[in-house]
Order: sequence, then C-alpha cells, then structure tokens
Amino acid sequence: MTDLYQSQRAMRNMRRAAMQRGVIAILDVGTSKIACLILRFDGPEKLREVDGVGPMAGQSQFRVIGAATTRSRGVRFGEISQMNETERAVRTAVQAAQKMANVRVDHVIACFSGAEPRSYGLAGEWELQDSVVTEQDVARVLASCDVPDIGPGREVLHAHPVNFALDHRTGLADPRGQIGNRLACDMHLLSVDGAVVQNLLYCIKRCDLELAGIASSAYVSGKSSLVEDEQELGAACIDMGGGSTGISIFMKKHMIYADTVRMGGDHVTSDISKGLQIPLSMAEKIKTKHGGVYATSMDDREMIETGGESGDWEKDRRQISRTELIGIMRPRVEEILEEVRIRLDGAGFDSLPSQSIVLTGGASQIPGLDGLAARILGPQVRLGRPLRVQGLPQAATGAAFASAVGLCLFAAHPQDEWWDFEIPSERYPARSIKRAFRWFKDNW
Amino acid sequence: MQSLGPQRVYQRQLRRDPAPSRWQYRMQRLWLTPLFRTLFRVGLPVLVAGGVVGIYVADGARRAAFVQGYEDIKEKFQNRPEFMVGLISVEGASPELAEAVRAKAGLTLPASSFKLDLDLARQRIENLDAVASAELRVRPGGVLQIMITERVPVMVWRIDDRIEMLDETGHRVASLESRGDRADLPLVAGEGADRAAGEALEVLAAAQPILPRLRGLVRIGDRRWDLVLDRDQKIMLPEHNAVAALERLIALDRAEDVLARDLLTVDLRNEERPVLRLAQGAMTERRKAMGMEPSGSSDL
Repeated sequence: MTDLYQSQRAMRNMRRAAMQRGVIAILDVGTSKIACLILRFDGPEKLREVDGVGPMAGQSQFRVIGAATTRSRGVRFGEISQMNETERAVRTAVQAAQKMANVRVDHVIACFSGAEPRSYGLAGEWELQDSVVTEQDVARVLASCDVPDIGPGREVLHAHPVNFALDHRTGLADPRGQIGNRLACDMHLLSVDGAVVQNLLYCIKRCDLELAGIASSAYVSGKSSLVEDEQELGAACIDMGGGSTGISIFMKKHMIYADTVRMGGDHVTSDISKGLQIPLSMAEKIKTKHGGVYATSMDDREMIETGGESGDWEKDRRQISRTELIGIMRPRVEEILEEVRIRLDGAGFDSLPSQSIVLTGGASQIPGLDGLAARILGPQVRLGRPLRVQGLPQAATGAAFASAVGLCLFAAHPQDEWWDFEIPSERYPARSIKRAFRWFKDNW
Repeated sequence: MQSLGPQRVYQRQLRRDPAPSRWQYRMQRLWLTPLFRTLFRVGLPVLVAGGVVGIYVADGARRAAFVQGYEDIKEKFQNRPEFMVGLISVEGASPELAEAVRAKAGLTLPASSFKLDLDLARQRIENLDAVASAELRVRPGGVLQIMITERVPVMVWRIDDRIEMLDETGHRVASLESRGDRADLPLVAGEGADRAAGEALEVLAAAQPILPRLRGLVRIGDRRWDLVLDRDQKIMLPEHNAVAALERLIALDRAEDVLARDLLTVDLRNEERPVLRLAQGAMTERRKAMGMEPSGSSDL
C-alpha cells in the first residue's frame, strides 16, 4: 500500500506543479466518448458576478480554454480493452483541445468509470497523548484504520476521511486543536482493479502526458451534479454512461459509497440494433432522435424509417413505429435501473435521512426516464446537469459532460484524501533523516 | 447477358482515421511550446540570414568587389552634373580681398558639392585678417557663394616702424605703406594699443572738441593712454576712468581755455590733483608776473 501512497502523493505534487504553471488538462475516458478540457488557472478567485458564477465550489478559479470530444474507441465498460485504439482517441481529443486552447498541456487529470469499484468503510481509534488534537494525532488515527483485504491486484483509488469523532462528539470535520481523550475516524475507501488503472496510466504515458490525478467518474459526476444541500443531506448520483452506470452516494459533502453497474446506453443501442436488424450507427441515431420509455397511443402512428445500406429494397424501406422502439428500449433501461436499485439497497441507501436521487450522464437524456426511475428508485428523482463553469462551450454543458465538469472541480479543489495528511513519525522508514527531524519537531 | 468488359472493382473506401499519428501529435505539441515557437520564428530566420551573409562575406575578393561597387555607385551619384560646383562668387569684398579669398579658399573647381569641405574653407577664409566672417553656400546652378563681411578699419596703428589698420575690436585689418594713405583715420601708437582699441575709441569720441588739434594716441606701458596734441602738448590720462578725466579737462578747457595756453603737459593721472607743466617761457612769465626774480634756473 505504501507504493500507492507514494504514487498518489507524487500525483498531488504534479497537480500542484501544473496549477503553478496554470494549465491542466481534464480527460474523461468514457465508453462512448472521450472528452478533453483544458483549464487555465488564473490564480486566486476573480469573481465576476455578471456571469452568474458564484464562488461556491471554487469553479470561478479556473476557465475552460479548450474543449474537444471524440468518439471513444477501444473502451468497453469504462475500461480500456484495446490500448492502441484508445491511445489514438486520446490523442485526437487532446490535440483538438490543445489546438482550440493554443497552448501545450503536459499534465492531465483523468477519470474512468469501470474497473469494478468497491467501497469499504474503515474505522480507526487513537488515544490522545496530551489532550489536544494535533496533526500528528490525526495522522495516527488515520494510520490506525485497519485496512480490509481488498483482494489481489486491486488498488486504492480514493480514501476520504469522512468523519472524525472526539470522545462522544461525532460529526467533526476538522478535530485539530480540540480537547478530548479518544480520537476516532471513519474513512471511506474505494478500491479498483489495478490492471485497469495501469492500462490508463500506460495509455496516457504513450501520449507524452503526465498524470496529475486520477478519479472515479461516479465520484466526480456526483461532485458536479449534486447541488450543495443534496451533498450535505445525502443523495445518490446515478451517472448513466455509455458502457457503465456509476452510482455514488454523498453525505455531509463526502462520498460514502460508490459502485458501478456494467450496463449503459450502449447496451440499449445494441438491443435496438439486434432487435430491428439495423446497423449500430443507425440504431444510435434512432435512439437519440426517437427514443423514449413511455409509449402512448400517439406513438403507434409515428413511423420511423430504419433505413439501411444493404441494397435490398425491402429491407432498406422498413418502417417501425415508435412504440416498437420503446418496447425494445424500456426493458433494458428498466434492467439498468433495477440493478441500480439493488446496489443502492445493498449500500443501505434506505436508511439515509434524505433519499434524493439525481440522474445524470448521457443516457439519462432519454425522454421519460425520470418517471420510470421514480417508479423503480423512489419518489425523489430529478435529472441533473453539471454545474456551470466559466468558458465551457455550450455543446459541453449537457448531462453527458457531468464527469468532465466534475473533474474540473476535482482539479481545482480536491477533497482531502488519506495521502494528503501527514505521515505519523513512527511510520517513516528507520534511518530516515525526515524521521529524525520529525522526532525533534515533536519533542521540542 | 452481362458485358464482358472490365469488372467494376468495388473497393471499399478505407475510412480516414481522424486520429493524428504519433509524429503529427508530437509535432503539434512541439509547435505549441513557446520557446520552440520563438526559436523557429525568430531564431531560424536570423540564423539563415546571418549564415548567407557570413558565407558571402567570408571571401575577401567578394568583399572587395562589394566595397568597390558601392564606391562606384557613390562616385557616380556624386559626380552628377546637378551636384557639380564650377564657380565661386565672392560678395561683400573689395576686388583685392576677393582675389585673396579665392586663393585662400583653396578649392579646385569644378568639384562635386559632396566633396567640398565648406567648413574647412570657411576657417581658412576667416584666417584672413581683413575678413570678419565668411558664409559659404552652394547655390543651385553650381555656384559656390562666399559672402564676406569685411573688417572696417577705424584706426591706424604705428608700431615698430610698421603701419597697420585696426578695426574696432583691435584686430589687424591690413598694413599701410604710409600714414597718408588713410589720413582720415585716427592714429594710435605704442605697445598693446591694439588690445585697448575699444578704450581708444571711447577716448577719441570724448575728445571730439579737441579733435582738430589731436595728433594721436599713445599707449604708455600697455597701461594707459596719452593724448598727443599739436604744439607738442600731451595729455596724460589715468589708467582708469580715462574718459571721465578727459571730459573734465575738456570742460575746463571750454571754461578757461586751458589747452590754448603755453602748456607742455596736462597730467591727469592723479584724479585728485591734475598737474600742469608749463613751457619754459610761460614759466618765466609767470614768475615775473608774480614778482619773483628770475632765478638761476632760467636755463631750465
């Protein structure tokens, strides 16, 4: 685990260097599209009230100066399956964004949706030596969390300290300087398949870019789509992407659970393609133009040309009614939502005080989805769009860019993770000068 | 029945890959690097231009040819008839002086106006004593116009058996063969008279009433002036305030007719006490009139 700790710390340093240079790239590696945004940091907040952008999530600190999106290739279920193809797609997106921004970027923050994330809740306790909580005490209580067996070949992607408790007072965000005897903490740990992360790292390295951070797309789309009180009171964000559907539950502004359903909009498209015997591109077009989940009697009369290039007139001139299309789409959408329901139940979403659910992602744009989701997931469902950030092109403000925008916020204001805290002095390797220095600092 | 002609080849068009190749991608990133961009857009042209010039100049013969070509063009341009000066016209000078000026200017004509060193010529001309200042100007039509301001002689200076004319600043104008050549000018003499010419002129102006009797001014010891009148009379002026002293004397003369008496010298050097020296006859007369016996000093 130490090497992951080191690599995460290295990424944080890289991110700081990129912030100093002022330009950083955001790369959302999705199943259906790869989006690249280039952010310029203009230093401290320069609020411009006329734009309607407030300071709330630090999104007024930066400006999007380049944006490009390209069709994703070689990515399945949010995981890289063909390295070369994905590398080309990343190159395309990065080059176009660089061209638009007219600036060269070297540092990139990436997110991906797959790799079977698993959530763990960790708890740790520490008896304070003197009654005031110091940074070292925080470090020790974090270090005292017993790490569960996350399985072979898996790595920690996020590790957020969610809650601190001092004696019998819980819900502390920052316990430093407070007085008590026993410090306890809860930590949320998200582990992913290490091979997927390695593939992404390798792919980005092949594009001459340096990785300055990595995040789960379920987490970042929750950051961008949930409004502040939803994050505070408790809400789930369902990011319905192309190949996978990410679930993240937020509480007290911290993510407390994340998971992925390995189904998404692409499965709906392939169902249409198989059911109607039409090419995938045509199926995608029909889905986005005429798709829906609720059929009315009006839809029986709305005929859709399926087209085709087979050269067979009979086949190419077929027409289907919209009801038929909905009849194909709805079971798959229901299946996805049922699966989400199972995951939410498993996570204990029922017991949260507020159970609002926000649907976002490209596949959430199916008309009527909110009604269907309300029937399956619960009454408090809304469709979410990502936060507004400065300079984002109009084309990139839709629900499909929730994770890209969330990654921008992540780049500007990352939440404190386990590796952002100090290392307890006894965990330093023996014979380290740092350790000696720390010992002196602690004892005098 | 099917035609047996060449079968149409159905070649599936390979769809163009929108992704840039690795090299294309790298080149674009390199091009977006500010340092590289500056080097390419400024450094490279400078380097190429410098290299071309350097290679050209490295050969001595080429360099010489280049310089020669430049010189030829310059020569050709300067020798165009528009710029040639063929005549000198001297204005504001007497004919003799004009000749001297022409000779002194030392210009070989015709010459291009680019090659005339007018400053040097002007300095040479102004070295002539008779020239107060000269102004040289190339006029259209190839005429070099020299405008001379002559020095105006205001007095004649006799020194060491030379006779010179001086202007009001005391600068020498020309020599004279004899005093009679310029009888209209007052005469001064003595060492340093030229340096005190201004004072001499003031004294002369003050001496206007006795001018018909005035023979000349003598500078004594390069310090003060003596006025020499006819009948060997001499007025000795003080070193300072000479004009005031002279004016007092003239006022006295007007009232008492002093200078018409038989005096040898009027000594005004001491302001408090002007001293008259009488001639021998007058002295005797005076003594007689005062009833004093002529003493043995009558032979004085």
